[in-house]
Amino acid sequence: MTDQTTQPPGTTKEPEGAIARFFRETELDTRLLGMLGALAIIWIGFHVYGQLVNGFGAFLTPRNLWNLSVQTASIGIMATGMVLVIITRHIDLSVGSMLGFCAIVMGVVQVNILPQFLGLGHPMIWIIAVIIGILCGSFIGAFHGALIAYGKIPAFIVTLGGLLVWRGAAFLVARGETISPVDPTFRLMGGGPYGAIGATGSWIVGILGCVAVLGLILMGRRKRTTFHIAQRPVWAETFLAIVGCGAVIGAVLLVNAYPWPRGIVRRYAEAEGITIPEGGLFISHGFAIPVLILVAVAIFMTILMSRTRFGRYVYAIGGNPEAAELAGINTRWMTVKIFALMGALTGLSAVVASARLGSATNALGTLDELYVIAAAVIGGTSLAGGVGTIYGAILGALVMQSLQTGMVLIGFDAAIQQVVVGSVLVLAVYLDILYRRRSK
Amino acid sequence: MTDTSQTPLVQLKDISISFGGIRAVDHVSLDLYPGEVVGLLGHNGAGKSTLIKILSGAYQKDGGEIWIEGQPAEINSPRDARDYNIETIYQTLALADNLDAASNLFLGRELTTAAGFVDDAKMESETAKIMARLNPNFRKLKEPVSALSGGQRQSVAIAKAVYFKAKILIMDEPTAALGVHETQMVADLIQELKKQGLGIFLISHDTREMLELCDRVSVMKNGKMIGTERVEDVTEDDILSMIIMGKKPDQAA
Repeated sequence: MTDQTTQPPGTTKEPEGAIARFFRETELDTRLLGMLGALAIIWIGFHVYGQLVNGFGAFLTPRNLWNLSVQTASIGIMATGMVLVIITRHIDLSVGSMLGFCAIVMGVVQVNILPQFLGLGHPMIWIIAVIIGILCGSFIGAFHGALIAYGKIPAFIVTLGGLLVWRGAAFLVARGETISPVDPTFRLMGGGPYGAIGATGSWIVGILGCVAVLGLILMGRRKRTTFHIAQRPVWAETFLAIVGCGAVIGAVLLVNAYPWPRGIVRRYAEAEGITIPEGGLFISHGFAIPVLILVAVAIFMTILMSRTRFGRYVYAIGGNPEAAELAGINTRWMTVKIFALMGALTGLSAVVASARLGSATNALGTLDELYVIAAAVIGGTSLAGGVGTIYGAILGALVMQSLQTGMVLIGFDAAIQQVVVGSVLVLAVYLDILYRRRSK
Repeated sequence: MTDTSQTPLVQLKDISISFGGIRAVDHVSLDLYPGEVVGLLGHNGAGKSTLIKILSGAYQKDGGEIWIEGQPAEINSPRDARDYNIETIYQTLALADNLDAASNLFLGRELTTAAGFVDDAKMESETAKIMARLNPNFRKLKEPVSALSGGQRQSVAIAKAVYFKAKILIMDEPTAALGVHETQMVADLIQELKKQGLGIFLISHDTREMLELCDRVSVMKNGKMIGTERVEDVTEDDILSMIIMGKKPDQAA
């Protein structure tokens, strides 16, 4: 990339390899491809290992991949917020405890408090519970942010304190009781057969996704024309469009290939008065609701980081806090906002996590902070600040979750799982450092 | 050269600031007229940068007044300074290394689309235009500024002042990190900006360069103003003795 700009005009360029030309013309992020490659190796590796050793490759099945997507959602949502925190050279160790606290608060609100006023099963219950959960997270986050920005206490200490405080507070709210069952509508946000949008809904989402891919490419071309910036060649655009739409359609086919379990189909058929035909009734799961929440969060956060002043300032503060301050950016208020956003996303994660469990316990989210930080860092967020992407963090979360699921499937015990996950974290960061050094 | 009957662009009146027990700037007064370059000289720690950072909003003064174009001005933050059309080019360049030239140029003043999103394409094309004027060799528009040379980084910092039509420009060691060719480029630019009627405060250690570029030079020592002289009235030796001994040439003799 650098070579074409440093060369004085008029000199001929060195002949460029086909692969190098491909990457330059498509403007693809080689780092992203590296991560996708690593993910592919993990997936295929577990599948093949299962086939050879256990006689059954369970990884690359619609069922496992669908479950994987649901399991990634909670960590993935928080990881998108952790990216901002780490970019601005802070850390948040309290997200796991905050998740537990928000979940307990939501549990108490929807099980013990709201039914008294609205009546059990009132349609407003889940909405109020979700809003309270997200607000609860935002306020805690803003409070942490204020201590860090205005109290000048290092984020490490504030959130380390938060790690203990909110876990203890979660216990105190309900005296350590498990609160269940949560509201049935609330429960849909955790996934499961009913918490998925089915085949038709998934096709609609898929078509919208394809339209969005094509729309983005066309808009990009128009913008480049307006400001006379060199266009990508048409073959490169076509390639990107095909890959983008292909990925979306592939995901739809995958989630639609995973049928409801027989027992649930039977109950559903009885309730709806359908007779099950010979050979069983095939009802697709489709995209799980928590996965759609993650996708929505990812789109929102990506727009926030790349298209708004807020996102620009986050990167500027990470790159040079003094310069950001001198450019007139209110860096302290930004810190409060960033931690509040992290808190709001943690609240949303608490919705997904407790809905998936069907109850709220004060232990929910234990150790999540480490997985979230690991996801962000594996996804290329630099602890030195200034560098990181939303899609990277989500891919990082997917890598972490794939490793764990894969090891469970092939029957590694918990001790080995910990050893592997810890080692992969260190290895991933080392590879990233090597990559950055080379690309400089 | 300088028409002193005009209203001064900037009047710093009796400015003081302390850090801990140290008086970094001790009752200093200084003014600046349109189309004038005033140089600030002195040892490290003499208080030049501190004085200038009070004007640019990075520090808040303990005492004294700032007047801009004949009106008293309140400058409590870099944003306030910017509202008075004061732009500063810092010694450390104050660029976010991880962002590209356009993002740095517009940092804190991003151009936005009708929907309120940052308009990267527009900012890039504006940056290309201004860079074509200031530094035609500048082509690394898309890369983080950490990939740029000292001179290229300097032109990004200067472009900021030119693009936003500064009236008062503060340059803190603008040529310290530059090669001969790039230093000349900055000198030419200062002359051009001067012609446009900007007032420029220049801080440097290079006495000879200051005598070439400035209309007046002020010397500071230990937070105090030693004196301000028109460059045609003094020799390099006079200036040096002011810097070292802290006395005006007539007193030194």
